[in-house]
Amino acid sequence: MSLILTEEQEMLQDAANGFLTENAPVAAFREVRDSKNPDGFCRDLWKEMADMGWAGIIVDEEFGGSEFGYVGAGVLAEQMGRNLTASPFFSTSVLGATAVQRYGTAKQKEQHLGSICDGSTLFALAVDEGPRHHPEHIEFAATPHGNGYKLSGAKTFVADGHVADKLIIAARTSGEANDPSGITLFLVDADAEEIDRTHTPMIDSRNAANIKVDGLEVTGDDILGEVDKGYEALEGILSAGRAVLGAEMSGSSQQAFAITTDYLKEREQFGQKIGSFQGLQHRAAHLATEIEMTKSAVLKSLQLLDDDFESASATCSMAKAKSGMTAQLSTQEAIQMHGGIGVTDEYDVGLYFKRVHVAQQMFGDAGFHADRLAKRSGY
Amino acid sequence: MSDLEQFRAETRAWLAENCPEEMRDGDITAENQCWGGRQWEFQSDAQKRWFEAALAKGYTVPTWPKEYGGAGLSADEAKILTEERDRINARKPLSNFGISMLGPALLAFGTHEQKLMHLGAIARGEIRWCQGYSEPGAGSDLASLKTKCEDKGDHWLINGQKIWTSNADISDWIFCLVRTDADAPKHKGITFILIDMASEGISVKPIILISGHSPFCETFFDDVKVPKAYGDDNLSVVGEVNRGWDVAKNLLVHERGMLGTMSPLRGATGPENLGGYAAGEIGVDATGRLDDPSLRQKIAQAEIDDWAYNLTVERLNDEANAGNGLGAKSSMLKYAASELTKKGSQLRMDIGGTDAATIGPDGIEYGSLANTWLYNRAYSILGGTTEVQLNIISKRVLELPSA
Ligand SMILES: Cc1cc2nc3c(=O)[nH]c(=O)nc-3n(C[C@H](O)[C@H](O)[C@H](O)COP(=O)(O)OP(=O)(O)OC[C@H]3O[C@@H](n4cnc5c(N)ncnc54)[C@H](O)[C@@H]3O)c2cc1C
Ligand SMILES: Cc1cc2nc3c(=O)[nH]c(=O)nc-3n(C[C@H](O)[C@H](O)[C@H](O)COP(=O)(O)OP(=O)(O)OC[C@H]3O[C@@H](n4cnc5c(N)ncnc54)[C@H](O)[C@@H]3O)c2cc1C
Repeated sequence: MSLILTEEQEMLQDAANGFLTENAPVAAFREVRDSKNPDGFCRDLWKEMADMGWAGIIVDEEFGGSEFGYVGAGVLAEQMGRNLTASPFFSTSVLGATAVQRYGTAKQKEQHLGSICDGSTLFALAVDEGPRHHPEHIEFAATPHGNGYKLSGAKTFVADGHVADKLIIAARTSGEANDPSGITLFLVDADAEEIDRTHTPMIDSRNAANIKVDGLEVTGDDILGEVDKGYEALEGILSAGRAVLGAEMSGSSQQAFAITTDYLKEREQFGQKIGSFQGLQHRAAHLATEIEMTKSAVLKSLQLLDDDFESASATCSMAKAKSGMTAQLSTQEAIQMHGGIGVTDEYDVGLYFKRVHVAQQMFGDAGFHADRLAKRSGY
Repeated sequence: MSDLEQFRAETRAWLAENCPEEMRDGDITAENQCWGGRQWEFQSDAQKRWFEAALAKGYTVPTWPKEYGGAGLSADEAKILTEERDRINARKPLSNFGISMLGPALLAFGTHEQKLMHLGAIARGEIRWCQGYSEPGAGSDLASLKTKCEDKGDHWLINGQKIWTSNADISDWIFCLVRTDADAPKHKGITFILIDMASEGISVKPIILISGHSPFCETFFDDVKVPKAYGDDNLSVVGEVNRGWDVAKNLLVHERGMLGTMSPLRGATGPENLGGYAAGEIGVDATGRLDDPSLRQKIAQAEIDDWAYNLTVERLNDEANAGNGLGAKSSMLKYAASELTKKGSQLRMDIGGTDAATIGPDGIEYGSLANTWLYNRAYSILGGTTEVQLNIISKRVLELPSA
C-alpha cells in the first residue's frame, strides 16, 4: 500500500479543511473559551459534524457510520488540530466508537453505535488515576456484588467527562494495582447518582473531569469485552487514541509553523525581513523536516490500524512520541520566532502551544512511549 | 491477480532462487558492497553469483531502459523489487557513483551516443566512476570552482585541482565540473565533462582521514587532453558547454536522494540492535531491563526517529511517483539521514565505552566501531553540508526571504 492518501481520503481532507476554516476556526474556539461555555464546545457545530458523517467516521456502514476508518479519523483530526477545533470528536467518535465497535457485544453495538453516529450520545474514557498517564495502574475497584459488581474509585483527567452521557471505566476486578491482567472495562451511564463529576478546567481550555464513583451497581451486561482481560481492549482503544492524537498534533504543528513562516516573511527588523536571518532559517528548516517525518509516522500508524488493528500498538506509540516531540518544538518555536507578540493572548500561537502540551500528556508523552518501545524491544 | 501482484510473485520467486544466502545479511556498507570497476575483485563467490544473476535480469539498474542495460521497470515495479529485496534483507547487487549519480544525470542530459557508451558499462559494473566537483577553494560554494578547461579544437585541455575525490585512486573515469568561461557569471561558465582517469597528466594523492584510512584523494590535472570526439560525436561534454551547472544540480539531487536513503541508524557498521547490544555491554537491572535509563531513552528516541525517517523516504517517493516531484525535499532527507547516521554511531560508541575507544596495534581497524564513528562525521559534510541543506530547505521549500 502506498503511504499517501487515496483520492477519497483527499476529498475528505479538502472537505474538512473547507468546513472547519469556515465554521470552526480558532476564533470560534476563542469564543467558546471566552464565553465560559459550560459544555466547552458548540453543540450546533457538533450536530453539523455528525450530519456530515464525522461522528461515525470509523463506524461501519451497517451501523450508520461512514466507514472511513482510522485514516479518515486522522484526516479529520489533523484539520481539527490546524483549527484548534474543540468538539467531542475524539472522546466519542474515536475512543467511544473504537471501544464499542471492536470490543462490544452485538447488543452493545446495536445499542450505541447509531447514537454515536448521529452525535446524540457522548462518550468518555476513564483510565488514569494520577497526573501522569499510567494505564496499568488501576486501583479503581470492581468488587463482586450479587450477580454483578459494585464500582468504587476515582479517575482523573477524563476528557469530556463532564459532558459525557456514557463512561467507559477501567476497573480492577482482580490482581494488584500495576498488574495489566485483572482489569475490566465497564460501560455505564454517566449521570448515575453514584457518580460524582467535577469539571477540571485545563490549560488548553478543553474539557476534562475528575470522577468519583461510590458503590455503583453494575451487571454483566455493562461489561465491555472480557472480565479481567480489559487491558487488551484498553490497549486497542488507547492505540487508536494515540494515533489520532498524533494526527491532531501533526495538524497543530503544521499550522503553528505556517503562521510562523508567514510572520518570518512579513516582519522586518534591522531593515530586513526576519526570515532572512540564518539563525531563524536553519531552525525553521529543521522544524520543516521534523514535520515531514511526523506526517509519515502518523499516516503509517493510521493505515496500520485500518489494516491490522491488533498489531498497531507499537506503531501508534511511536507515532504519538514523534508527533508529540515535533508539536512541542513547533509551538515553542512559533512563540519564540514571533518575539513579544508570541506571548500575547491575542495571538494564536500561544493557544497551539497550550493545546499541544495537553495532547502530549494525554495517553503518554514522548518519554513514556520511548520507554514503552524500549521495554517491548527488551531493553 | 493484477499485473503488479504477478510481478511481486515472480520477483519473490526470482530472489529466492538467485540471491545467495550470504547476500541476505542486511543493508550494504562501504566495506561489503559490490563497487565494480576495472580493478574490482569480488570479495566472495556469493557476491559474484549475486551480481551476475542480477546483471542477467537488468537488476543492477532496474529502472534504466533495457537498451542501456536496465530492466526498464516502472516506479511501481521498482518499489516492489526494493520491498521484496528488503524483505529477505538482500544487499544491492552493485552500487557505486555511476549508478546513483552519473547514470541518472546522463539519462536526463546525455545524448543517445553518450548513454550507449557509458550506461551499459555502468550497469555491467565494468567502469567505476568518481566525482570531481570540490576544489580547495570551492566547497559549499561549488560554483566558484576554478579548474581550467580550454577549447583546443579537437580536444579540451584541463589544468587544475580537485579535492576530496572519493576513491579517485581506484576509479576508472571521473565526471568533473570545469571552468570553460572565466569571464561569465560564476554559474554560467561551468561545463560538465567526462574524463578517463588513465589520461596522461592526471595524478592522485590519497588523503588520510581522522578514521585513519583514506577513502578520498586530491586529484591533479596537469595539461590533461580530453578528446572531444570518439568518432564524430562530442562525447565528453554532458549537456551544453557552459551549462554544466544544470547537470551538476540535477546530479546533486540524485546524490542527496541516495545519501538520503541509507536507513541511517542501522546502515552504519556495528551491532544492529542497539538496545540488545547495550544490554549486553552494560548489563540489566533487577527487572531485566538495560541498566541505564537515560541510555534507554536515547536509544528508543533514535529508533523512533529512524523509523519515521524511513517512512518519510517511502512517503516522499510515493508522492513523487504520484506526480509531485521530490524536488528540494531531497535536502530534508539528506539532512535527516546524515544527522541520524552520526547519532547512531555516537550511541554505539557511548554504549561501548572504553572498549569501543580501544584500537588495534596497527591503528584503527577498518570496519571497527571507531572507524565507522569517525568516518560518519563526514556524512553531514559530503554531498552538501548540513548547513547548506538547511539553506536549501529555507529557500526552496519554505521560500524564506534572502538577506
Ligand atoms: C513579557 C514582556 C515584557 C516586556 N517588557 C518590556 C519593557 O518593560 N519595556 C520595553 O521597552 N520592552 C519590553 N518588552 C519588549 C521586548 O524587549 C521585545 O519583545 C524584544 O526586544 C523583542 O522584540 P519584538 O517582540 O519586536 O520581536 P522581534 O524583534 O520582531 O523578533 C522576532 C523574532 O526575530 C528574531 N530576530 C530579530 N532579529 C534577529 C536577528 N538579527 N537575527 C536573528 N533573529 C532575529 C527574534 O529573536 C525573534 O525570535 C517586553 C516583552 C515581553 C514579552
Ligand atoms: C568523506 C568525504 C567524501 C567526499 N567526496 C567527494 C567527492 O567524491 N567528490 C567531490 O567533489 N567532493 C567530495 N567531498 C567534498 C564535499 O562535497 C565538501 O567537503 C563539501 O561540499 C563542503 O565543502 P568544504 O569541505 O570546502 O567546506 P566549506 O564549504 O568550507 O564549509 C565549512 C563550514 O562552513 C559552512 N558553510 C559554508 N557555506 C555556508 C553557508 N552559506 N551558510 C552556512 N554555513 C555555511 C559549512 O556548512 C561548513 O560547516 C567529500 C567530502 C567528504 C568529507
